[in-house]
Amino acid sequence: MNTRFSKLTRRQMIQLAAAGIAAPSALALTGCSTTGRKGAGQVVVIGGGFGGSAAAKYLKRYNPELNVTLIEPSKEYITCPGSNWVIGGFHEMKQITHNYNAAKKNGIKVVHEYVASVDPVKQTITLAGGKKLSYDKLVMSPGIDFKWDVHEGVNTDTENHLPHAYKAGDQTLLLRDQLQSMRQGGTFAMVAPPNPFRCPPGPYERVGTVAHYLKQNNPTAKLLILDQKNAFSKQGLFMEGWRNNYGQMIEWVASQDGGKVHSLDVKNKTINADYGKVKADVINYIPPQKAGKLAFATGLTNDSGYCPVNQQTFESTIHKNIHVIGDASIASPMPKSGHSATSQAKACAANIVLAMAGQAPISAKNVNTCYSLVTPDYAISVAAVYDFKDGKIVSVDGAGGVSPMGASPEVRKMEALYTQGWYNSIADEVWG
Amino acid sequence: MRKVLLPAAGLLLATMMPAQAVERGELLANSCFSCHGYEGKLDNPKIPSLENYPASMIISQMKAYRDGSRQGTIMNRHAKGYTDEEIELMAKFIGKQGQ
Repeated sequence: MNTRFSKLTRRQMIQLAAAGIAAPSALALTGCSTTGRKGAGQVVVIGGGFGGSAAAKYLKRYNPELNVTLIEPSKEYITCPGSNWVIGGFHEMKQITHNYNAAKKNGIKVVHEYVASVDPVKQTITLAGGKKLSYDKLVMSPGIDFKWDVHEGVNTDTENHLPHAYKAGDQTLLLRDQLQSMRQGGTFAMVAPPNPFRCPPGPYERVGTVAHYLKQNNPTAKLLILDQKNAFSKQGLFMEGWRNNYGQMIEWVASQDGGKVHSLDVKNKTINADYGKVKADVINYIPPQKAGKLAFATGLTNDSGYCPVNQQTFESTIHKNIHVIGDASIASPMPKSGHSATSQAKACAANIVLAMAGQAPISAKNVNTCYSLVTPDYAISVAAVYDFKDGKIVSVDGAGGVSPMGASPEVRKMEALYTQGWYNSIADEVWG
Repeated sequence: MRKVLLPAAGLLLATMMPAQAVERGELLANSCFSCHGYEGKLDNPKIPSLENYPASMIISQMKAYRDGSRQGTIMNRHAKGYTDEEIELMAKFIGKQGQ
């Protein structure tokens, strides 16, 4: 432990002892003095994506004396935002790959290891290598996991043949390679997931970037989307964009109109849906989703498969001193997006610092901004501002909404420029 | 700065001035960073940077976006989410003060 902090710790220990508050353990001393002083303390963040990396950075920003440890098994993080552009062949993996060097420079201790288990009672984390860490506060941002038991014929190996590409990395490249080696005039079929899932416009942005590739390289090919729901994010705008840019290439089938999938034959690349038997050349099967594995293993989920939280501080309503942010948390009406996770990370970090200083929680408005490309020069957006009212996150009436229908090509092009601008900014905010 | 501040002195200072550990205005202003760059700074800005943007301009432009007298692509939709008080608090933390 840093000696500068341990000096403070001793002073606070005396204060705490005088106040009759016992520290949970010698290592894990809370900074909960009543002086309003921020103090030191141990905060551990698990998960180095948008939510986790942003939480670590803002915890350190809001209280530089905190000991912040970020646990993330990978040395590099590849973002889902931007991965559709790689699939479409006009963006490189290196442009969506980030590392933790800046986090280390920002004073965050970065541990590249898997977590074996979390003990929410003892407030300890056991790493895969056996080492134990204690925490005063834990932030978990474990992202999503896939449900492989909804459709017959699929299992965890299916992704090696029918890539979901819904966690960016090798999956992104596999889908890109399958698209590029598809026969002329072939069919690219997507099974779009039911709600709730990560990045609601994500599958539909992908439709555009795949169509962009096909229009140039395989113009007689067809793109079929079998959707497990009846409506989707920015639907009118996407459909307008598809029509204007890709004519009849794309067919979207709502669940109620035949899109509902029953089973897949992975070997023969066939989907059995209400629509009929679909034999495709490439299948992008995006499975139904739930919170990441560690959220389940720690007992942070409810029947919905996601984690209930106090929607102001993001503290779990199941386990005290564990906060869950990002895709794994229940924060509806906020969508499960990188921008939402980053916004939640700030609110969570601020409220952890306040709680450790013995101060009352605050809420500033949460925000989501989401740009989607239809072509590299044509983008649409959705924005929302969220308030915290009567214990719940609510959308601010009259704020937010989507880009206008029928906008000029100049406006769409401007938003395409902002799409890249958004990516650069948020990536620098989170990993810079 | 922290290095010259003795822990005991820091504690004393904090005891004398029990400031809010994180202010609402800062949290509000930090929302801007995700698009306009961390600390409002961007190397190769495709979205306008807010570095050295006067606080009075943050207030006037946010209000103009909110009432539609200035048209943007996405800013009108964001600005409508904030009250006068929130815009002013935000400007204290992201805008250049005294301008």
